[in-house]
Amino acid sequence: MIEMKNVSKWYGATQVLNDCSLNIDKGEVVVVCGPSGSGKSTLIKTINALEPVQKGEIWVDGVAVHDRATNLPKLRSRVGMVFQHFELFPHLTVTDNLTIAQMKVLGRGQDEAKQRGLKMLERVGLTAHKDKFPGQLSGGQQQRVAIARALSMDPIVMLFDEPTSALDPEMVGEVLDVMVGLAAEGMTMMVVTHEMGFARKVSNRVIFMDVGGHILEDTSKDEFFGNIEARQPRTREFLNKILPH
Amino acid sequence: MPALDFSFYTWANISTYLLSGLYFSVSLTIAATIGGIALGTVIALMRLSGIKPLEYAALWYVNLLRSIPLVMVILWFFLLMPSAFYNLFPGDIGQKYRAEICALITFIIFEAAFFSEIVRAGIQSLPRGQTFAGQALGMTYAQNMRYIVLPQAMRNMLPVFLTQTIVLFQDTSLVYAIGAYDILKGFEIMGNTFGRRVETYIMAAVVYFIISFALSMLVKRLNEKIRILR
Repeated sequence: MIEMKNVSKWYGATQVLNDCSLNIDKGEVVVVCGPSGSGKSTLIKTINALEPVQKGEIWVDGVAVHDRATNLPKLRSRVGMVFQHFELFPHLTVTDNLTIAQMKVLGRGQDEAKQRGLKMLERVGLTAHKDKFPGQLSGGQQQRVAIARALSMDPIVMLFDEPTSALDPEMVGEVLDVMVGLAAEGMTMMVVTHEMGFARKVSNRVIFMDVGGHILEDTSKDEFFGNIEARQPRTREFLNKILPH
Repeated sequence: MPALDFSFYTWANISTYLLSGLYFSVSLTIAATIGGIALGTVIALMRLSGIKPLEYAALWYVNLLRSIPLVMVILWFFLLMPSAFYNLFPGDIGQKYRAEICALITFIIFEAAFFSEIVRAGIQSLPRGQTFAGQALGMTYAQNMRYIVLPQAMRNMLPVFLTQTIVLFQDTSLVYAIGAYDILKGFEIMGNTFGRRVETYIMAAVVYFIISFALSMLVKRLNEKIRILR
């Protein structure tokens, strides 16, 4: 579903992705972790070309993302993305947030868009808030709406860029629950997160990135958490810091 | 100094000398604000387009017009625009309202330079993530601007727009240079007619003050409201 071959990216003279390659199959849930500054967020944003790359190839469902001739809006409309800071549109109601791209991008009629959007809103348990503005919702609720917004577009894959990092601790659970449900349904997901509980519970594979944009590990969840002694020193150091003692 | 006498401000005189002038000043302000924001938005989008020729054209437009006194722009346009231009308007409108048409066009051109900077600041002050979110949903650049970026930028900039409109309203008095009949002109003619120029200029100041001050109060309240919304 997603294939990345030898991708490198620079901001000026600073290299932020260094020869990254990875593969995500349909239905897989892959967690990307690593210290800040390791390029995780940049990496996930290259998949829908929010961040362009200077070298390498990225393929999503057979579409060449790195190719300048590719119709990026069309590709992006099929790739759902959830951001650290939710990025709901504050000037639109929850319902309008859910329907605007369906109508303007996918060309759905208002009724169809609304029906689909509200179905997704129900799924994240927020039907009662459909007429509110994002500013009237808690962080956890906003992020659930953001997930519903992405799902309304019927994506073939979902990208999560630190979806719980900006949340108060007591709101992390409600967002993760939605994500666990999605994974259980077979959604292909790539998740940048420090939530190792989530990684352990639902991921198939774990990718570990280190400063400078290197992919240091790309291994099955069981191997990653079950055989810590076999991990790279940098990975062990990182895991020792963030796993509960 | 002779004693002030305001007794000539009868309703009949006000409606004869002042109302049409006030109507023109207010209409010019509103039309130039709307036209200036529309043209200014286009210039701001050119400036941020990332396309070099458009960027430089917009940059020079703004720099040039911000460096020239408005009254000179008005005069130049009035003196240099060939008479044939005014024949483009239907009937004798063009020749009859030459000064008014000239005033409206120059104000839109001039104010667009200022409004474009406000729109640009409004767009640039939006968090980058909003653009990302629109893009990630598959919106094109134009759709993202139209539905996500501009509505928010405009809303955030509303108080600044209004502040600029207050300046614009006061600047409309500059149309005296080309003889358009605005509120100031009305007061001037009234003053000359009744030999009461001091009283008319005092009242003119009062009218400008009341309208501008009322708008400032509105800006203040808007600012408070927007602060709550954020």
